[in-house]
This record gives sequence, structure tokens and C-alpha cells, in this order.
Amino acid sequence: MELKSKCPTGPIEQQWQKHKAEMKLVNPANKRKYHIIIVGSGLAGGSAAATLGELGYNVSCFCYQDSARRAHSIAAQGGINASKNYQNDGDSTYRLFYDTVKGGDFRARESNVYRLAEVSTNIIDQCVAQGVPFAREYGGTLSNRSFGGAQVSRTFYARGQTGQQLLLGAYQALQRQVGLGQVKMYPRSEMIDLVVVDGRARGIITRDMVTGKIESHVGDAVILATGGYGNVFYLSTNAKGCNATAIWRAYRKGAGFANPCYTQIHPTCIPVSGDHQSKLTLMSESLRNDGRIWVPKKKGDTRKPDQIPEDERDYYLERKYPSYGNLAPRDISSRAAKQACDDGRGVGPGGLGVYLDFADSIKRLGKKVIEERYGNLFEMYERITDEDPYKVPMRIYPAIHYTMGGLWVDYNLMSTIPGLHVLGEANFSDHGANRLGASALMQGLADGYFVIPYTIADYLAQLKGPKIDTSHAEFKKAEAEANERIKRLLSIKGKRTVDSFHKQLGKVMWDKCGMARTDAGLREALALIPQIREEFWKNVTVLGSGDELNQSLEKAGRVADFLELGELLCRDALERDESCGGHFREEHQTEDGEALRNDEKFCHAAVWEFQGDGKPPKRNVEPLEFEFVHLQQRSYK
Amino acid sequence: MNLTLRVWRQKNRNDAGRFVTYEAPGISPDMSFLEMLDIVNERLIEKGEEPIAFDHDCREGICGMCGLVINGVAHGQRRATTTCQLHMRSFSDGNTIVIEPWRATAFPIIKDLVVDRSAFDRIVSAGGFISAPTGSAVDGNAILVPKDDAEMAMDAAACIGCAACVAACPNASAMLFVSAKVSHLGHLPQGQPERYDRVQKMIAQMDAEGFGACTNIGECEAACPKEIKLLNIGRMNRDFIRASTAAKG
Amino acid sequence: MSAVATVSPLSSSVAKKVVVALTGLVLYGFVFVHMMGNLQLYAGPEKINAYAKLLKANPPILWGARLFLLAAASIHIILTIQLALKNRAARPVGYAGQAFQAASFASRTMIWSGPIIGFFILFHLLHLTVGSVHPDFSHTDVYANVVRGFQSAPVAGFYILAMVLLGFHLQHGAFSLLQTLGLRFPKYEKQAKLLLGAITFVIVAMNISFPVAVLAGIVK
Repeated sequence: MELKSKCPTGPIEQQWQKHKAEMKLVNPANKRKYHIIIVGSGLAGGSAAATLGELGYNVSCFCYQDSARRAHSIAAQGGINASKNYQNDGDSTYRLFYDTVKGGDFRARESNVYRLAEVSTNIIDQCVAQGVPFAREYGGTLSNRSFGGAQVSRTFYARGQTGQQLLLGAYQALQRQVGLGQVKMYPRSEMIDLVVVDGRARGIITRDMVTGKIESHVGDAVILATGGYGNVFYLSTNAKGCNATAIWRAYRKGAGFANPCYTQIHPTCIPVSGDHQSKLTLMSESLRNDGRIWVPKKKGDTRKPDQIPEDERDYYLERKYPSYGNLAPRDISSRAAKQACDDGRGVGPGGLGVYLDFADSIKRLGKKVIEERYGNLFEMYERITDEDPYKVPMRIYPAIHYTMGGLWVDYNLMSTIPGLHVLGEANFSDHGANRLGASALMQGLADGYFVIPYTIADYLAQLKGPKIDTSHAEFKKAEAEANERIKRLLSIKGKRTVDSFHKQLGKVMWDKCGMARTDAGLREALALIPQIREEFWKNVTVLGSGDELNQSLEKAGRVADFLELGELLCRDALERDESCGGHFREEHQTEDGEALRNDEKFCHAAVWEFQGDGKPPKRNVEPLEFEFVHLQQRSYK
Repeated sequence: MNLTLRVWRQKNRNDAGRFVTYEAPGISPDMSFLEMLDIVNERLIEKGEEPIAFDHDCREGICGMCGLVINGVAHGQRRATTTCQLHMRSFSDGNTIVIEPWRATAFPIIKDLVVDRSAFDRIVSAGGFISAPTGSAVDGNAILVPKDDAEMAMDAAACIGCAACVAACPNASAMLFVSAKVSHLGHLPQGQPERYDRVQKMIAQMDAEGFGACTNIGECEAACPKEIKLLNIGRMNRDFIRASTAAKG
Repeated sequence: MSAVATVSPLSSSVAKKVVVALTGLVLYGFVFVHMMGNLQLYAGPEKINAYAKLLKANPPILWGARLFLLAAASIHIILTIQLALKNRAARPVGYAGQAFQAASFASRTMIWSGPIIGFFILFHLLHLTVGSVHPDFSHTDVYANVVRGFQSAPVAGFYILAMVLLGFHLQHGAFSLLQTLGLRFPKYEKQAKLLLGAITFVIVAMNISFPVAVLAGIVK
């Protein structure tokens, strides 16, 4: 597998400009001759579809939900970063770039990160123009808040619903193109395979989730913007439908899968309430602006929080990281919470929780201000837990939230399969081993609005060879395989439900490959997962038929892929014998329990190459160089 | 707690559909409504019966995908709550719960409790946007938006498109949904150029989709999980009147 | 369904609602003026008979007004029926039992209060304008017509019932009118509602007072 990053050279602040000037263009009259397939309609896919449609390309966009507006970007709460420096507090493109590289624990590609920081300001402008109702100051200017891992205030927000508002902006732009006939939208359609013809991505196979029909779609380029694979853990903050099938099928067709072990655990989620739990709910990181995190100093302290006096509380983030305090990056905050709970000082049922306390802020600012800032989050918390966070401190615990790993892409966001582009969380590119808060929205929109429209033209302009259609043998073959797989799932008629396998896999993943990983634990997981997979294919039961809406069948296909991906994730975690960002190997930590990188051996992206079923995948390496931000031990003290 | 469910089952769009009764013993009050249905479904599958199909996705009250009429109320009795955020502690042991899909001509039933809401997408396509081609934007702070306007726009923009308003309206009217978008964009300076065109196009599409008309009774507002106000409909009507009476040329 | 609908804005449901609201406003105004005029009943036969004479003094104006009101009522009814049919079609299959959360009794019964009021108006016209269902009708003595007419308890009862329904109809109608005409302003909402509520109350209370006064023997 050849891993050419195609990063421009020269001073980093000129790279993207230079690259844009050098890339080939598609003439306006020719654009409509190209057909682009986009899978996913979230911030990355939706913005790409809208923009490419607007440019005149012929676009087909697919999503599994009933409408493009439901993509899980909608659930992002806190905000979107941009280095506007409207606060005059010392922000700049360079500082956002620096914070992101450092926050990612030096495991991201510098050129990509710089570009991301550079276009971040355009995103805000674009979204304002679309009518995204960002929070405003009394003078009418845009308002900012602070987020983890930064000492400047650069996060733009729309109450606690920033993702929703940004997505609706992209969705409206997309629907406008649908109305104009530039984009054809395929809701309730799931991509179940990628079609590669003569080494190029030329189309996809989908299942119409209403009629069950297996369909072929041919295009000149394919864009995957299908989000992350956090649901491999069963319990995560992802939507129930989020899945890895699109990227996993692409991996099996030859796309390199980079750094699957980089998973992000979000420190502020509502703790699990019982076995029935179907998903975890995030409480925005923005709460850490005004909430203080603490646990009792005494182990097994069962007193009510208001009965624990001030000097018997351990505000451990403020204690350990005085300069960032409660706004330490996510990986660090999560691990600190885990350490406190492992230490027997956790609170709530099962001792798996820490307090996020607003009492001081309410005293200082008044209930009204807190209500204005976080009212909807407090309400959501109250609905789920039946506790009033204005009176009782919230209980939070870390949960799987985001996956930094994903399909490997070059600077042009193209995977190792020519013609297959990957955007947003589905790719691996910009966040290294840990993503900073409010950067996912930024990356999704950067990729969709401001990167892919340029880079895809460069690919299409150089495209040669005859046009093909869906009668091509590769399409027929892929369709037959898809049908075969569905038939197989329906014919097992075993005894266990799909969910029971998913939960079993999730438990192994969380226990052995969650917040802290060990050599022995990962080896156990690598032994267990194939067993679960084997039982799945023998003993799963999927009722109903393939030619109707069948939610069990949809889940079964996704879980089957998770059962393969989970293994790769553990394998990657085992091979990466260091700690970095969200990947924490207990063997590698500093004296005070921080992640200890091994830059000599692991300053690279690990890119996995599928070798066929039953054969171990091949680990390729893209070395990472840090020319502009020098390698250093991360410190947030 | 032990519950009895009466659930609407309908094989496909053309099937007549009927209520089927299921017993749901051993339900924890900490479960969400959808987690309760998950349990019922797991038990059905184990018995070899097809599970109940229902739409859901984020399960945190923001994607707008879930939506059931529970005991005759869209999203259930609890105010300002989506079905996924409704918890079983709102019910008592021994309750019988009637569960139905959204019912409207514009939302054909696909299966059981799953309906087709693509009419909403078409309404947005007709005009629910600001035409702002990517790359053409001026600096974010070049457009000043008074805080109150931004807040009012946000109040309306909070709509999640779940269609509970349509489900709750005896006329299956979509006026609250459409007016929320009209208000959101109409409150912002960026939305002014297309303001009157937008309202006409969206209303025309709304009528063409087969939604009913508004009788101003407020059921939509009561059912809305995001508390979108009925006032938005008044504002939309005002914009519509201005749009229709303005002399063009 | 086509991607973009091409319905003329004036034939849209909202336009129809606007016309229903405007005609409703005309009828609301008429009901108010009608009630005010009738208050002269309490000033004795001369006053009110003179007033009736004045109204009939100029036939072109009288008939113009009558036709105008007839047109308003007809349009109000026809468009409402059209909208009601559309609404019915929008939800052909109902719920097992819809539990209303917010809708007032008045708002949910518009479709019933309307036709009953319509029927009442016909009766009222035949009773006190044409006189064909009146036991002892005079074309010049309005006062006597009213007194004699309301001495029949069932007729008076029907009038009272109809006025109660009219009250409901106007109560929701007035709010609805503001909403449909886009005249709701949060700043003045309270005052507007109070004012409309008060007018509606006065209309209903005064109208009911006439048969009551006759039955009680206050007006003879």
C-alpha cells in the first residue's frame, strides 16, 4: 500500500494557497457531466453535497435516516471553533493550529491541521450567511465561549444546539439544491458495498430500507462522510443508527484504515442507570466553563453531596492541572475521572460517577445566568436522571464519544482507493490521537464546504477512461454478494438477538479496549472477539424478510461489520505500544499517570490494509513529521 | 412495574393495520420509553415474533426521528419532551399504554409505527433556506444581529422537524413547522431578501402535500418538544398577507 | 409529489383563512352594532321603533348592507366548509382516543357552533325580520315583536342557547382572527385578549338580557 500524503511543501501558512493554485479545475460547462456519489448527510456530507451541487456537479446523496436533517452532527451541543480572534485575546490561525496539534498529542498531520485552522474563519462567515442563529452580544456581534484544551475564547455557539443549527444550515443549502434538481437525495438508503472498477471507486451498492431493494449507483467519484465507529462499543454517545458499514466495506475493498485505536472518551456524560441502557447522553463540555468537578476525598463516602464539607472534597482537575483546571482536554479529564473512581471515590450507583457542581457559579452569577447558558442541558439531565442539577450536583462519567481513527486520506482527502474521498469523522486526518472540543463541527464543515470542492475537481479533471454504467460486471458481482449476505443473515435462524451480540461485543471493547488498555487485556479481547463473531454467524436470529422495512436486518449487517472492526481496533491498540491522547496503555504512563508517548517508534499513522478474511491485516506506516510545532510532552498544568 | 401495551401494527403501507396487545412485565422506571420498547422487542424476537418497528436515532431529543402517539398524545403527556426522553417513571404499575404512529395523509405509514415524513423535506426545498452560495459570505461580524432578534430566531430554529405538531393537530396541519422556519429566517437580516418569496413557496408546498389548515387551537404548541410558539404562525400569516398583497413589478 | 409545488398563493389555505377571518370580522362588527342598536329596547317602544324606521328609511342602503352581510356570511361559510373538508382529508384515520392538551372547548366546537348559529340566524330572520314564524308580527312595531316573540319560553330558550354558542364562537373567532391576520403582537397580547374578551362578553350578555328581560317581565 502506497501512502503518499501529497502535502504541499514550503512555509505552512502558504501551503493551502499554493496547493489551490496548482490544482486542476473542471470547467463550469463540464461539471454537470460528472456524477458524484456522497454517502452521509451530516455536516461533512451535507455541506459537500450542497456545495458540489451548487458548483454544477450532478450529485446523489444517501443517508440511512428518513431525512438528511437527522444526521448525528445534529447532536453536537457546545460549539464550533474558529480563529477569528474577535475577543482580541491572542488567537490566530497559528494558535488554533498549535492547540490542535498539541491537543492531538502529536499524532496528526501538520499540513492538514493548518489548513483546518485556516478555513475555520470562512466557516463562521458561511454559516452566518446561511442564517445560523449564533449567540450574539448586545452590540450585535458574535459571541464566544471557552472550550477544553485552549486558553483563548474561540468557540462560536447557538445555545446548547450548535450542531443542530449548523446542520440545519447545511441541510437547508442541500435541500435548496434538491429543489433545483442538482442533488438527488436518497433517504432511508444504506450503503452496503463499494464498487471498485479498474482500481478506482466507481460506485456503491445500497439497500433501500423501505422496499429492501438492492440497487447499484455509478459515479465518477465517491465521497464517504458516514461518521465514526463509536458504536462498536455498543454504549456510546452516538445515535443508535450510527455505523461503520460504509467505511468498513471500503476497507475490505482496499482502503487503508488508519489508527482505529484512537477513540475519544468524553468526560461529561450521564452515568449508566442499568442493563436496559441503550445509549449514553453527553452533557456538553461547555458545562465545564462554570461547573466544578469533584469527588469526596474519603473512599466510599456515601454522604449526600451537600453534606460533604468543602475541605473534604477533591476538586481533582483544579488540583492536578491548575492552569487549565476544569477545562483540561477530554482524554486527560476522562482518565482523571476513571482514576478517582478506580480509587473508590466515585459517586452514585456503582461508584461510577463524579460530581459536576454548579453551586459556586449559581452563587456567583445567579441562577438566571446559568439557566440562560445551559438551561436546555439542565433540563435534559433532569429528564433522564430525575434529579435537579440546580440543587444537586450533576453526576457524570466518561463515555465513548468520537473516533479520531478512520479511513486514511491524503491531503486531498482521498483514500488509498483513487476516487474514494472520505470526509469528517469518517476519515482519520486532523485530530491525531485526541480531538479538542468544538473541533469536530469545524472539521466536518471545513472538509465539506472548503476542501473537497477544490480537491475533487483536481481528481475529476485528470479522470480518463470510458464511462461505465451499472451493467458492469463489478456492479453485478457486488449486488450478488450483497444479496447473498442478506440471505445468509436471514437464514441462520439461531437463538440470540442481534442486540445481545452487540452488547456482548461492546462489553469486551469497553472492558479491554476502553479508557485504559493493557497488553494482556487486548490479547484477551483479540481472542474473545472472533469467538463472538463465530457464534454470531451461527446463532443470530433475524426475523422477517429482506424485501421490507426490517430493522433487525439493518442492525445485523452493522453488527456483523462491528464484529470485524472491533478486532482491528484491538489489534491496532495492541501494536501501538505507547500511550498517546485517547489511546492509553497502562504500561506507558508518566509518574503522575499521564500518557507517555514513544515518538521514536510510533510517531506515525498506522494504516491497516485488508488481506482477506481469516488473514491478519497488514500494518503500513505513514511517518509524521513535526516541522512547525515541535514534539514535546503535553502539559496542561 | 408491569404494563400492558396496545400497539398499532401494520405490515406495510397498504395493510389495514390493527392494535395488538402485549404484556410488558418487569419494566424499570429509569428506562426511557424507547428502552422499554427495546425490551419488549427483544422478548418478541426470542419468542419468534417480529419486533415492533419504530423510528428513533439520537435518543437525546434532538434528531427528531422518534415520535409516537402515546395514550392519544404526541410524544406522551410530559410537556416539552420527545418520546426518547420520556421515561417510564411517568407511568404507573398496571397502566395500559396505547401506542400509535403519527397519523396524517401527508405521512403515509411505512410499517407499524414508522411513517414517511419526506413532505417536510420538500417544504424546505421549496423555500426554507437562505440562498448563500459557499464562499460568497462576508465576515461574520459584518452582519450585526441585535441580540433579541438572534434569540427569537433561535427560539424558532430550535424546531427538530419531528412532526409532533402535525400529529397533534386534529387537522394534521403543518403550520407550526413551516412557521418556525419562516420565523427563524425572517428574524435575521440575512433572511430578508427572500422573506416574502419564501413564505409563499413554503405554504404552497405545504398545501400541495395534503396537510390540513390551521384552526388556531394550539394543540401543536402543546405537543412541541421544543416549545415552538403558536405566535410563529401569526407571524407567518402576516408575512404571507404582505407577500400576497404587495404589488410586484 | 412534484419537487416544487405551483399553487397560486391566493387559492392557498392561508389565503382562505384570511378571507374567513376578514368576513368573520365583518360579522363580528355587525353583531356588535346590532347588539348596541337593540339596547334601545330598554329605552322604550318609541326609541327603538324610531331606530328601526331609520334603518329602513333608505332601501338602497338597507339592501346594500343586507347583501353585503349575506355575502360575508356566505363566503365565511363556504370557505370554512372547504377548509373543513381539506382538514378532514388530511387525517382520514383518527387516533384511538386523542387526548387534547391545549385546545379550548370553544376552539374545538367551532365546526358545531358555526352551523347552529347559522341555523339560528335563519330562524331569527324569519322570526323578527320577515315575521313568518312569528305569532303576531308587525312591520312597524319592532318593540312589540320582540316582547311578543320572547314571551314564548322555548323561543327565548333557543335564543339564549344560540347566544351562548355565539359567545364561544366569537371567543375563539376573535383570537383566531388576530392570529390569522397576523395581528398578534406579544407586547399588546394581554390587552388585546382582554379587550376582545370584554367585547364578546358584552355582546353575549346584552343579547341574552333581552329575552331574559321579557320573560322576567322587566320589558313588557
